[in-house]
Amino acid sequence: MIDMKSRPEQTVAERLRVIPVRQKYLPVTATAVLLALMYGLGVINYPGFSDTQIVLNVFIDNAFLLVVAVGMTFVILTGGIDLSVGSVVALTTMVVALLLENGWPAAVVLPVALLMGATIGFLMGLMIHYFDVQPFIATLAGMFLARGLCYVISTDSISIDNPFWVSVANAQLWFGGFFITISVLIALAVVLIAAYVLAYTTFGRDVYAVGGNPQSAMLMGLRVGRTRIAVYTISGLCSALGGVVLSFYMLSGYGLHASGMELDAIAAVVIGGTLLTGGSGYLFGTVLGVLVLGLIQTIITFQGDLSSWWTKIFIGLFLFVFIVLQRAVTRRRR
Amino acid sequence: MPESEPLLVMRGIGKRFPGVVALDGVDLRLFPGEVHALMGENGAGKSTLIKVLTGAYHHDQGDISLAGESVAFAGPHQARQAGISTVYQEINLCPNLSVAENVLIGRAPTRFGRIRWSAVRRRAEELLDRLHLNIDVGSDLGTHSIAVQQMVAIARALDVDAKVLVLDEPTSSLDASEVDQLFRVMRGLKEEGIAVLFVTHFLDQVYEIADRMTVLRNGRRVGEYRTAELSQLDLVAAMIGKDLAVLEDIEEAPRREVAVLERGTPVVSADGLGRAGAIAPFSLAIHKGEVVGLAGLLGSGRTEVARLLFGADRADQGQIAVDGEPVALRGPQSAMRQKIAYCPENRRTDGLVEELTVRENIILALQADRGWARPVPRGKQDELVARYVRALDIRPADPEIPVRNLSGGNQQKVLLARWLITEPKLMILDEPTRGIDVGAKAEIQKLVVELSDGGMAVLFISAELEEVLRLSHKVAVLRDRKLVAELDNTDGLDTDRVMAAIASGGVA
Amino acid sequence: MSVVRHRLFWPVAMLVALLLSNLFFTSGFFSIEVRDGHLFGSVIDILRQGAPLMLVALGMTLVIATGGIDLSVGAVVAISGAMACQQIAGLDDQGAVGGVLVAVALALVLSGGLGAWNGFLVSVVGIQPIIATLILMVAGRGVAQVITDGQIVNVNSPPYKTIATGFLFGIPVPVIIAAGVVALVAVVTRRSAFGMLLESVGGNAGASRLAGIRSRRLIIIAYVVCAVCAGVAGLMVSSTVSSADGNNNGLLIELDAILAVVIGGTSLLGGRFSIAGTVIGALLIKTLDTTVYTIGIPPEVALLFKAVVVVILCLVQSPAFRAKIARRQPAEVAA
Repeated sequence: MIDMKSRPEQTVAERLRVIPVRQKYLPVTATAVLLALMYGLGVINYPGFSDTQIVLNVFIDNAFLLVVAVGMTFVILTGGIDLSVGSVVALTTMVVALLLENGWPAAVVLPVALLMGATIGFLMGLMIHYFDVQPFIATLAGMFLARGLCYVISTDSISIDNPFWVSVANAQLWFGGFFITISVLIALAVVLIAAYVLAYTTFGRDVYAVGGNPQSAMLMGLRVGRTRIAVYTISGLCSALGGVVLSFYMLSGYGLHASGMELDAIAAVVIGGTLLTGGSGYLFGTVLGVLVLGLIQTIITFQGDLSSWWTKIFIGLFLFVFIVLQRAVTRRRR
Repeated sequence: MPESEPLLVMRGIGKRFPGVVALDGVDLRLFPGEVHALMGENGAGKSTLIKVLTGAYHHDQGDISLAGESVAFAGPHQARQAGISTVYQEINLCPNLSVAENVLIGRAPTRFGRIRWSAVRRRAEELLDRLHLNIDVGSDLGTHSIAVQQMVAIARALDVDAKVLVLDEPTSSLDASEVDQLFRVMRGLKEEGIAVLFVTHFLDQVYEIADRMTVLRNGRRVGEYRTAELSQLDLVAAMIGKDLAVLEDIEEAPRREVAVLERGTPVVSADGLGRAGAIAPFSLAIHKGEVVGLAGLLGSGRTEVARLLFGADRADQGQIAVDGEPVALRGPQSAMRQKIAYCPENRRTDGLVEELTVRENIILALQADRGWARPVPRGKQDELVARYVRALDIRPADPEIPVRNLSGGNQQKVLLARWLITEPKLMILDEPTRGIDVGAKAEIQKLVVELSDGGMAVLFISAELEEVLRLSHKVAVLRDRKLVAELDNTDGLDTDRVMAAIASGGVA
Repeated sequence: MSVVRHRLFWPVAMLVALLLSNLFFTSGFFSIEVRDGHLFGSVIDILRQGAPLMLVALGMTLVIATGGIDLSVGAVVAISGAMACQQIAGLDDQGAVGGVLVAVALALVLSGGLGAWNGFLVSVVGIQPIIATLILMVAGRGVAQVITDGQIVNVNSPPYKTIATGFLFGIPVPVIIAAGVVALVAVVTRRSAFGMLLESVGGNAGASRLAGIRSRRLIIIAYVVCAVCAGVAGLMVSSTVSSADGNNNGLLIELDAILAVVIGGTSLLGGRFSIAGTVIGALLIKTLDTTVYTIGIPPEVALLFKAVVVVILCLVQSPAFRAKIARRQPAEVAA
């Protein structure tokens, strides 16, 4: 009789054991290293780039993107995608601005806006799960719907002069010689809560299981439907919160806000090392992904003399270099 | 033994898929404290019946009652809660999660909604200990072999407070000692009063463990029998519903004597061929008309040898020669140009394109070889496909239905047909008889004999030593990703000697 | 019943319903008249205006069949138009047919090159298609503006104008071009083995490799065809207005194209594709736009209307939805 414990595949597995643990974190590590390189490049080339406030500004300017990307991470981890986020952000700014203009109190407007986002996400989740509509298409419909609703409300920009909104928007939290905004705090809180949910709750692990193999997850008795609907609801909620944060930043509601933002969010998640096929990735990677996108913008601003079209080309180029490098790093070590 | 009340009764279960009646009025009774074998050829409806039982499918007719109460499951989750736990043939776990999570996901211990990871790990270790499996529960499941993954799936099923445990071909990827392990566990469960439903293709295992069996054929129930009251021969007859001539032919066929072969220049020879991390350098020659069997445990490097010879993986050292001429295999295409064919082990993921039709799947390799711009004329396609559908008895004999609608054995035949029409000199068959029924198995074995008699060289990989010995002129033995012995199939060679070679890692 | 079950039943039904609904608002909707030997009428307009979308969706079908997606087609539309207009604007005689042909050829070659780039990133470098083509989607509009130096280039070239507004045998030229390209692609994919091998690669990439299919080459070809189709569409778009606007030409056409493909019954997961379905999908979307306009729905609400139609269509096409409806009906009969 052969002893199980001396079986060849176990010894192989044991030999491999050290590697997989590291391999799991490899994409995130690659992103972190490349981000550091990019930052170093900025510091060397541009005077004033090393100012800590520059990094904080990246957070300030991209707080809303971070919030939205967190929701997108949940969706992508299950193997789905959500194209509606940019439109829901815009719709939220619009609804917030409209309600405030009509004299609704801020304490009512906030929950209404969040509920609206969550509802849109929930409905898309229903379509995707119960009616087998492909996520790309269901959320594309959601995108049209939300953008359409914006224009139904108004085709013009509505400015916000609610005192609460203005005070939140202008608040600067100083520490040392640097400051952040309340939006940054909101974004960081969202990141922490989401990271906890993904790592330590049953729901979070279900998200990974569904992304790893939905068929298995179903046969393992996990509530796949509930999980899938929930991630789209979360994404809708995050988009609405992102919209609120953006309305702090812009102090206006406008149907053209955040156009094309869904692609930024997807790019941030993917740059952060999360696989679009689902089941693999970390929220921390998404934070790094947002920082990468923000840093690219910052570098371009520092360069200063770029016309708007060269800016587009450079963003594309940076994205390209980044993805290829990350791909090379993760592939070589495998 | 007094007949106790059945714990679970399925009555008149019917289930149809577009174009196919999968189940037609099937009854099944499971008794507490008994192992009940569900027998039948592939396509007989076993998997469908199990999926109905576990709530993965909704049945169109009939009813199910558990402990006297009528039940209807909306999904596996509800079935589990009712106490029906299942281990499926294809391992249904999440390779991206850790072993511990796979054992416990869905019911991990929590405190205030927070998963207690230390408790999860401890519990998983306990459960795996019960199966005498000692692995790091924190490692990703995907890094382990299929056999280990299967054991993890069983550990998962054992964790629930199960009244009914369904094991759908759990042993198809386990070796003898692992099967013993499993049987010990199953006997323990019996004593606890659990009803076990056991599906397998191995008849010996049925007679070793099962108390009772239900036989299905073509979606209908043939009958329910006590194992002690049904002979093996009668069982096989009940399963395939025809006389046993085809089986006996194979059983009684004379051993393939190595002496009858003239060994000239090998069709394919590997010299010091190897790939770091996959297989140590090996040398192997396969001659015209020769069947070389590859024996070894799971994970011993059998598939790796096949993939190197087909160019599916690049060798990082050594040479391959075809008809004595050294060749470089840069990929499957260059192997195909050398007339090497490969039927992979995993039909569904590596072999078939499930949404394409039978015809398209059969024509695929030939067409790939010609390139897209030179299509095989439709008339020629139809003729080729019709010929092989007939020759291999592929059912249903409709070449225009998607291959996903075929049973496992017929899918395997489609894969064989795909490569046969390329008229290869060397055919590599990786586990061609795994998970298919007795009848189809015998047909495929017969086909291998015919092919080699016709001059084709065959590399035959199988976990079943009897099968390897029956068909091969020469057996190459693998262990720990190394080729450790090459044994000519002479009178003295039997399964014990091959086992000894595997166990000792060399000179038998 | 079997007609209802046909894959394309609902898209066709929806198309017919939309066309008919126009009758209530425009009495002469289906009338086609011949003026100066040319065909005119609302239906002809839909065909003409739908030609660019049809072309883009056609190419997109092949890419989606491989299991990929091409987000960059809108940018390619802009680049192609920019390239052609810039070339023509530099001609001494903008009316010279030869010069215009050279410009068109240059634009299409450039488009093909961009498609090869996408295909290279996807199949050789191994980047996920949505991200690989996102790069060109972002950078492409910048490229278009670099070509035209950031200006909107206006041309005054009768031969170029013909691409979008001319007539041949009384039929609008863009309709002929679109029909020709569709026919060409359909014949090539189905008469050769290209279509089947593409479906195989999209259906199961791993198994296709082990069957000896050189999937890299196939995938690159699919992206090149897709980009060239987008390039032709770009010529039409810029020819319609005789100018190239790098920022706005072909804006969001990728989404409409993907939608058309999916409405036509091709799964975004890859595998089986249907060119006929895509053509119907594209016509449906164009008809929808036209209907919104003729019914007098305010343009602000048009997107909303589109969302509703997409949802309805997706639902009726969804087997799960149909199964749920079907299960309910017998129950009602019984009760």
